[in-house]
Order: sequence, then structure tokens, then C-alpha cells
Amino acid sequence: MFMLWMKFAGASSFMPTSATDIADRVDNLYAFLLISSFIGCVILIGGMVYFVYKYKRKTDTDKTPYITHNALLEFLWSFIPLVIFLAVFAWGWLVYHDMRQMPKDALEVHIFGKQWAWEMQYKSGVKTSNLLKVPINKDVKLIMTSNDVLHSFYVPSFRIKQDVIPGTYTALWFNANKMGDFHIFCTEYCGTQHAGMLGTLQVVSQEDYDKWLEEESLVSTLPLAQRGEKIFQVKACASCHSVKDNSIKVGPPLFQRFGAQEQLVDGSSHPIDENYVRESVLAPNAKIVKGFQPNVMPSFQGQLSEVELSALVEYIKTLK
Amino acid sequence: MSSTTSNPNVNYLNEFKGIGSWLTSLDHKRIGLMYMIAVFIFFLVGGIFALLLRMELFAPGGQLFTPDQYNQVMTYHGAIMVFMVIIPGIPAVLGNFFLPIHIGAKDVAFPRLNLLSWYVFMFGAALAVSTMFTNKIDTGWTFYTPYSIRTNTAVVQMVVAAFILGFSSILTGLNFIVTVHKLRAPGMSMYRIPLFVWAVYSTAILQVLATPVLAITLLLLVAERTLGVGIFDPKLGGDPVLFQHFFWFYSHPAVYIMILPAMGIISELISAFSRKTIFGYTAIAYSSLGIAGVSFFVWGHHMFVSGQSEIAGVIFSFLTMLVGVPTAIKMFNWLATMYRGSISFDSPMLYALGFMFLFAIGGVTGIMLAVIGVDVHFHDTYFVVAHFHYVMVGGTLMAIMGGMYYWFPKMFGKMCNEAQARITFVLIFVGFNVTFFPQFILGAMGMPRRYFDYIEPYHSLNRISTMGSWLIAAGFFLALYTFIRALTSGPKAPMNPWGAKTLEWQTSSPPPFHNFDVEPVVTAGPYEYK
Repeated sequence: MFMLWMKFAGASSFMPTSATDIADRVDNLYAFLLISSFIGCVILIGGMVYFVYKYKRKTDTDKTPYITHNALLEFLWSFIPLVIFLAVFAWGWLVYHDMRQMPKDALEVHIFGKQWAWEMQYKSGVKTSNLLKVPINKDVKLIMTSNDVLHSFYVPSFRIKQDVIPGTYTALWFNANKMGDFHIFCTEYCGTQHAGMLGTLQVVSQEDYDKWLEEESLVSTLPLAQRGEKIFQVKACASCHSVKDNSIKVGPPLFQRFGAQEQLVDGSSHPIDENYVRESVLAPNAKIVKGFQPNVMPSFQGQLSEVELSALVEYIKTLK
Repeated sequence: MSSTTSNPNVNYLNEFKGIGSWLTSLDHKRIGLMYMIAVFIFFLVGGIFALLLRMELFAPGGQLFTPDQYNQVMTYHGAIMVFMVIIPGIPAVLGNFFLPIHIGAKDVAFPRLNLLSWYVFMFGAALAVSTMFTNKIDTGWTFYTPYSIRTNTAVVQMVVAAFILGFSSILTGLNFIVTVHKLRAPGMSMYRIPLFVWAVYSTAILQVLATPVLAITLLLLVAERTLGVGIFDPKLGGDPVLFQHFFWFYSHPAVYIMILPAMGIISELISAFSRKTIFGYTAIAYSSLGIAGVSFFVWGHHMFVSGQSEIAGVIFSFLTMLVGVPTAIKMFNWLATMYRGSISFDSPMLYALGFMFLFAIGGVTGIMLAVIGVDVHFHDTYFVVAHFHYVMVGGTLMAIMGGMYYWFPKMFGKMCNEAQARITFVLIFVGFNVTFFPQFILGAMGMPRRYFDYIEPYHSLNRISTMGSWLIAAGFFLALYTFIRALTSGPKAPMNPWGAKTLEWQTSSPPPFHNFDVEPVVTAGPYEYK
């Protein structure tokens, strides 16, 4: 009977697809909480509705009994909730304990949160942006920090979440038991594009994962412009600058702009040449395009090698 | 002036005339009304922001705003509703008006301090609102570092405003504590004061003890931004999470500053409209103090995923469970008060019943969020948004509305239109559930809060939620109409329209300047329905 109830509550709890064992355990506890909450509400609200109906005022001179307290009742309705609360506390602790118990020999990936993208750095040197690809049935540990403000790394299907903090490391682990694409959300408010800081966690077979990692590490042998395109993705430039048309996201669009004259906020104009691109990447506040605000784009000073800068310039040239 | 108090046509509203007599009034009732007007205006502003937020979230993608504008609207909705509506809402308005009358006093202990607290409040509020016309702030009402250090919006101005508003709160709390201890009428022992007074008294302790911590925190944030002292800024070696500890050390007790007085109102309403003595007076009184005490030790449940140590998280989860017990005690006591009562459905009672319904849901979802393993999933999602709106709006705002309809005849000497008051209740109650219940489901589905935009699976529930917000708005506009109509052409209120027993009903409606023509001598408890 109880298990049937649990199943019913689980099915109607609206939780997203569960893709780890921990997520199943969270869902079981949540189903129990839903049922006991439902019973609690039935007692309270049902009792209220019943009394309102039963003891409705009949005449304006109704006499009511003078009942000030009842020690036994008061003990029971303090003690029984306390026992229930402590029980669910202990259950929640057990689940949380395993959620936070970092596995040894896990596949470790470094995660950098930044306004407004996730950067994933694999130990082999492969970098991705807003895409975390991991093999199925493998312990994965995320070592996370932030480049700017607080972020929070949340995977609803895994029921895990951890704030990502500048100046320190925080960690998460999981072991996915389903293949597929799962959402990564940022759940700590981080400014303009907080709602756009979305990523995908892709769970694939071990073979596909190995193959993908192999392909990704060959990037340095690519032609310069293609390498620039990769960097453009990895650094999440595309979340603010459109490259396929002239639509405005956060920053100025880059489509068909190379070689044109840029109108600046101070009324002057400047040709978009190699040095202009370079300066815009390394010192974004030096020249502000008309219609845009300073201090929105972070500086990439020190984050790109000379070759990578050149690759970006070559890529922007190809946006036609 | 004492020569006129025996004239039944002279009361605190008309004894002195002119706007100047209001702005310099030391009368707690007039100061309460001045707070009421201010809080009503801010509630209107905060409410319009809420409607705009819901309009933006009607569908995915940009509807009305750019992301930056949305973040500003979200910040103002939260900051105005918390600092300028719900925190002062009951203590400064209804508390100011009724706490002295409830204990048979002529006024609060420090009338000048009381007026000063109103001016401090208005100054802080004006400073906060003025940021809307300059460099609109976008940090959310929580001002989390390091975002609040880096954003180039009016953080300093807003934080100074919150600092000043906090002073007003401290002054009011201090005044109430002294008033309760020193100005009770002869025979009014601590166990004969109404439970509303116990609740406002417990709140006052929180206001006095917790608010200074917020003040220090906000000053540190100002110092961080203007002087770069490096306490919170990781670039200077500071700890951004430390800010959260400081902030919630105040702001969690502040949650109880918001809800405890509401519980006090509900105790009054349930007893008065059941015509029955309150069940478990001492238990309710002490549970208010108990909640106030424990509330200082649960701030860490706002930080389960903040990077605080795991053992800290578990301890805070445990302590949070302890707050659930006195809260459950109150609910059961109210239920037991209704048992074998003579229950009427006058509009204030409808709000009390609505409170119990919504607070039950707000309460059990609070327990779910306190269970640390489950909270990790719900943290910073719409589940949390739904939960705190169920306790803050479904709880506190329902209680304020119930209290308004209950005490309106006493405050203004006019009766409200009962049919309109009931329709208002239905609109707000139904609208509230339509708006916020879907948000529990959105949260379970994983939709994060403070999102300008969302993915398609969250669309239909967001649409329902937005439609509910229109019902709530209709309810409040009807309430405003009812109040204005009652003021201009409502029938004259008798001394005790509801047949209640507390002291405010033993004086004329509206009360005379000094509350009672003759100082009352108290010989019985506040709920002696025999």
C-alpha cells in the first residue's frame, strides 16, 4: 500500500527525468515528503473546513465552552510533528551525505563559470564551452571556480547543484546512468544574461567519449580561421555577438563587419581592422560602439596566446 | 484638550485639524495611519512591478523588457515589498495603532521617537525610490557580493536606504518593548495581554537584535564599493560567501519579523469570530518567543549549496526543523479554538481561514526545503519562490487584509461593505493559488528563479501563473475601492461590531485622542467568551 502511494506520488511529482542513482533517492524522499505533507494538510485544512461547517454560528447569542488548554493534546501535536521532522531530517542527511561524498578515481573536469557561459577544461587540454560531455556509468567529479561573480551549477536531472565562487574551488560529482542531453542551468543570479547561461550535459558511451576527446585534441592542427571559430565557441563569444546576421544580442554583431567603419559612442568612427579587433578583445572599454554600454564585456587580456588572437582575427574576416 | 474627550463626536481624527497637525502628531494612532498611507503606496508600486514581472514571463523570450530592465524590476519588486511593505506592514501600521490600546495605554512609551521613526522611514524610502530615477539597481534585494561590488548601478544609494530603513525598524521595536513592559493598564498582567501584543513584542525583540547586524553588513558593503577594503571582494582577498552569512543572519530573523505579527492577528481573528476563548494562550505566546529565538540559528539554510561546509549544512537543516514545531503548535491551537465555537463568516474570518489554508501549504513546503538532500534540487528554483510567497503573501498579506477589515471600523468609525470584502477575498485567494501553485511545479521541474527567459517546457505553467496575478490585482483594486467608499459614505460603526473582548472594542469608534476616556482597569483575560 505504502509503496503504491510512493509510486503515485513519484509519478505526479513533476520532477525532471532522473538520470543518476542519487536522483532516484532524492525522488523517493520527495515522494515521502509529498505524501506526509498531503496528509498533514488534509488534517489541518480538512479539520478547519469541518469545524467551520459543524460549528457555524446559529444565533448571535451562541454559548461556547471555555476550553483553555489540554496538556495531552498539546504534547501530542508538538511531539508527533517533531518526530516526523527529525525523521525526514535524518533521511535528508543520508542522501546529502552521499551526494557530497566525492568519489576517488573519478574523471575530473574543471569548470569555469563566467558572465555568461560555462567553460569546461578537460585534463587532456580539450576545452569546450557550455558543453560537458561525459561517459555513462562513470564517476565524474567537477572542480569548479568562477572568473567573476557567483554562479551556481545545476543539473535538474541529476538533482545536484553547487554554487561556483570566485577565489575558491567547489566540487560536485555524479555518475550518470542514462545517455542523452541534460540541461545545465545557472541558479545564482549573475547579471544581464543570467537566464541565458545554459549548458548541455551530454552523456555518451565510453567509445563515443574517447573518440570525441581524440578529435577535439587535434584542434591545434586546424587552419587558422577554423581554429578561430573554435576559440570563438569555447570563449562563448557567440552568446553576446551574433555572427550569422546583424541581430543584436548583448554586444555589437560581427557579421560582415570586418573592414567597415564602426560608429563609436563619442561620435567618431574607426575602421574595423586587425588592431581594432585585437584591442576590442583585450581592452573592451577602449572604444565603445554607439548604442552599447562600457563595462559589459570582460577583458580577455592574458587568456589568449598570440596565435589564438590571430586565429580570432582570421575567423572574423570570414564572417561574410 | 481633556475637556473635549468626553464629547463622543470628538476623536483622534478630528480633534486637531490640518496637514500640519498630522505631520507633527505624536499620537500613535495618527502615526500608524501615516505609516499605513506610506505602506499602501509602496505596496501599489511593488505590486505594479510584480504584475510587470509576470507579464514579462507570460511567454519565453522578451515580452516587455530587455534582460537588464527585467533584473531591475525584479530587484525593485523584492526590495520594496520586503523593506517597505512587509517588514513595516503589521508592526508599524496595525501595531502602532493597536498595541497601546490593547494594553490599555494612552500612547507608546516614547511618542517622539515614534514620530522620528516615521520620518526616518520616509527618508529611507525616498532614497530607495530615488534610485529608480537615476542608476537603477539590478542586484536583487539580497545584494549578493561580488556582483553587488562589480555592477555599475546605484548599489551604494540603495544599500544606504536599506540601512536607514533599518533604523526606523529598530526605533519602532525598541518603543514597543518598553511600552509593553512599562505602560500596561492596572490589572493587565503579561498573561492578559492579547496574543497580537505577544506577537508584536516578539517581533520587536527581533527588530532590535537582528537589524543592527544588517546595518553593519550594509555599511561594510558600502565600504567595499567606495573604499575597496577587501572584506567581500575575492579580487582583494575577501570572501564573498561571508556576505551571505552576515546578510542572512539578519534576513532570516527578518522573515519572522514579517510573519510573527501576522500570526498575532490570526490569533485575534480566530478567537473573535469563533466567539471562543483562545486555546493554549501560553503555548501560542511562548511559541512566538520560541520562533523568535530559534530564528537566529537557522540562517544557514539559505546557503545549503553556497559552499559552506557540509556539517554546517546538516546542522542548519536540523535547527530549521525545530522552527517547524512552534509553527505547528500555533496551527493546531487555532484549529482547537474553532472546535465547538460559534463561527461566523464575516470577511476578517475569511482571511483568517485563508491564512490557515495557505500557511499550511507554505509550512509543509518549508519543511521540504529544510530537508537538505531535497533542498539541493529545489534551491534557487521557483519552488522556493512559491514557498516564500505562500508564507509571505498567503500568510502575512492575508493577515494584513483580515486585520484591515477587522479593525477598519475602529480606526475610522465606518463599516466596510461586507459583500465587496468577501468578493475581494475570493479574488485574492483564488488568484493567489492560480499564481503561485504552478510555481511549485515549475520549481520541481527545475526552473531557476530570477530568470528573464525560460525554455519551452515551462511555458504553459508560467502563462497560468501570470493570469492568476491579474486576479490578485483585481482583488486589491476592489479592496481599495471598498476602503475609499467606506471612508466617504460607509455606515457609522458601533463601538464593538464583532462582539470581541479585547480592550480596543471597549472604547469608542474611532477612539478618542487618549484612547480611553477613563483609564481601564483590567480584571480578566483578553478572550473571556463565557
